[in-house]
Amino acid sequence: MAEYFARYFNDKKMADAWVLIQEDFLSATWSTLYITLMSTLFAILIGLPLGILLVTGDDKGIHPLPRGLMTFLNWLINLLRSAPFIILIVLLMPFTRMMLGSAVGDGGVIVPLVIAAFPFVARLVEGSLRELNPNIIEMAQSSGANTWQTVFHVMLPESVPSLITAFTTAITTILGYTAMSGAVGGGGLGNLAIAQGQQRSNHAVLLAALIILVILVQILQTFGTWLAKKSDKRLKNR
Amino acid sequence: MIEICNLSKSFTTAGGTVDALRNVNLTIRDGDVYGIIGMSGAGKSTLVRCINMLERPTEGTVLLDGVNLGTLSKKKMQEMRHHVTMIFQSFNLLMQRNCLQNIMLPLKLIHMPKDQAQKRAEELLNTVGMSDKAKAYPAQLSGGQQQRIAIARALATDPRVLLCDEATSALDPKTTQDILSLIREINQKLGITVIVITHQMSVVQEICNRVAILENGSVVEEGDVSEVFSNPQARATKRLVYPDMAAGMDSFGAPHQQMIRLVFQGAEAAAKPLIASMAIDCRIAANILSAATRTLDGKVYGTMLLNIPGGPEQLAKAAQYLSQTPDVRVQIESEYAGLQEEKRQAQSGEATA
Repeated sequence: MAEYFARYFNDKKMADAWVLIQEDFLSATWSTLYITLMSTLFAILIGLPLGILLVTGDDKGIHPLPRGLMTFLNWLINLLRSAPFIILIVLLMPFTRMMLGSAVGDGGVIVPLVIAAFPFVARLVEGSLRELNPNIIEMAQSSGANTWQTVFHVMLPESVPSLITAFTTAITTILGYTAMSGAVGGGGLGNLAIAQGQQRSNHAVLLAALIILVILVQILQTFGTWLAKKSDKRLKNR
Repeated sequence: MIEICNLSKSFTTAGGTVDALRNVNLTIRDGDVYGIIGMSGAGKSTLVRCINMLERPTEGTVLLDGVNLGTLSKKKMQEMRHHVTMIFQSFNLLMQRNCLQNIMLPLKLIHMPKDQAQKRAEELLNTVGMSDKAKAYPAQLSGGQQQRIAIARALATDPRVLLCDEATSALDPKTTQDILSLIREINQKLGITVIVITHQMSVVQEICNRVAILENGSVVEEGDVSEVFSNPQARATKRLVYPDMAAGMDSFGAPHQQMIRLVFQGAEAAAKPLIASMAIDCRIAANILSAATRTLDGKVYGTMLLNIPGGPEQLAKAAQYLSQTPDVRVQIESEYAGLQEEKRQAQSGEATA
């Protein structure tokens, strides 16, 4: 144990770590937040409509789609969700390069992150919408709402608190994934931890990065939960 | 006018085909408050959903003013549902929207400009007596209040027909009365045809002028409420009209051949204390096993079940005496035992199911 501390936490390492924390951590934190927010945004932009489609296009949904199409969508989502993220990054490199002109840097990690996260978001949205009271859908139909109106005037507004909770889960998960951005030279706390902490055997840097990530997750989750509760009009006495 | 012709609906389930409705024929005139009553599982909800095509009939047609609703395009069908609106047992309000926004929903669906829609919603809040709750959310309201908002929402698009699917089944008796009064008022003031689905006889009694009794997917009796109630023909109707009677008979344990049922068809209430005068005039002391009568405009409607002690002669004497009263029909109960037996079987059937 003493040996471990002597090796990874000696005075020199601590001094190095302190310099790093002062010079690089702020920009690395911003970078992590930027990657996380952008990835979540795009993942929601793709995942939300897809999740709606999974529910409305279902056999028993309000607008059944051809069964073959639904089977394909489900299969595709499952496939993307089963690929480990680090493999996805490597496999998607040509695609990322095609889209952005480069497969490295912050952008280089956002593309695979979105690809990895949108099927996850689609499943979360699907779950939220399936929890809706079917009587409410029947009410919409009996009021003469068409499919679009049912989705936009009834299903989505009624699911807002549940969707906020789902998106909070998504953003914290994506934040965890950003740690792997180091693999493609993206910025952020993950990169810093691997390049400076792991490769230079300075575990103080690793710990510092970890602590900041923990704090970020706590803040995001607390905010998400607060927002979901605040938006929910089912709770009485407000 | 709504004409339901030869309507059948069957569902295919894992256990086979279930016939929810069998060859239903009904005519609902404009301005009617039409009751459709039956035990749970009789097919009431399916029937009402066939009227606005939420359920597609397997066979038969529903005509609204001569238009076959089954042949409408999707778009026309949605338009029709702005004219045939619905309220529900569980109110089905949007929980994330306040009362005003809930009432504005159908108006949004027909693309009414927002300021106009808001004005209309405010009028409707007033109609249902909820003006002070415009900004309240459904979760802050009682069941009765929620149903009022649901009624306002159903009225928003000026419908011609209002479908009420067990609209008062989740409410307490007092609130039920209030909601029924509101529905009656809507029928009378706005001339909206109302179709009421219920399992409660009292609801039909309270507001309907016509009634159909549904049993196992078929209409077993249909007609004016006063007629059907004072002289029920079908077994299912009798079971609904005299539910307490069967229970009363059990507790007294009276042999059924000793019983007389009095049916009051608008007898003068104050004219004569019937049972007391029978005791004085014939010296027959009748046991009142149960009674379900109500007075409308000083006239009595309903039924009373009497146990007459002392053998067949006494029974005949009592029947003869009672039948002299105008607007009272006398039945010597013989089939009652059969009805009891059937009820017992039904109960044990439910228990095993």
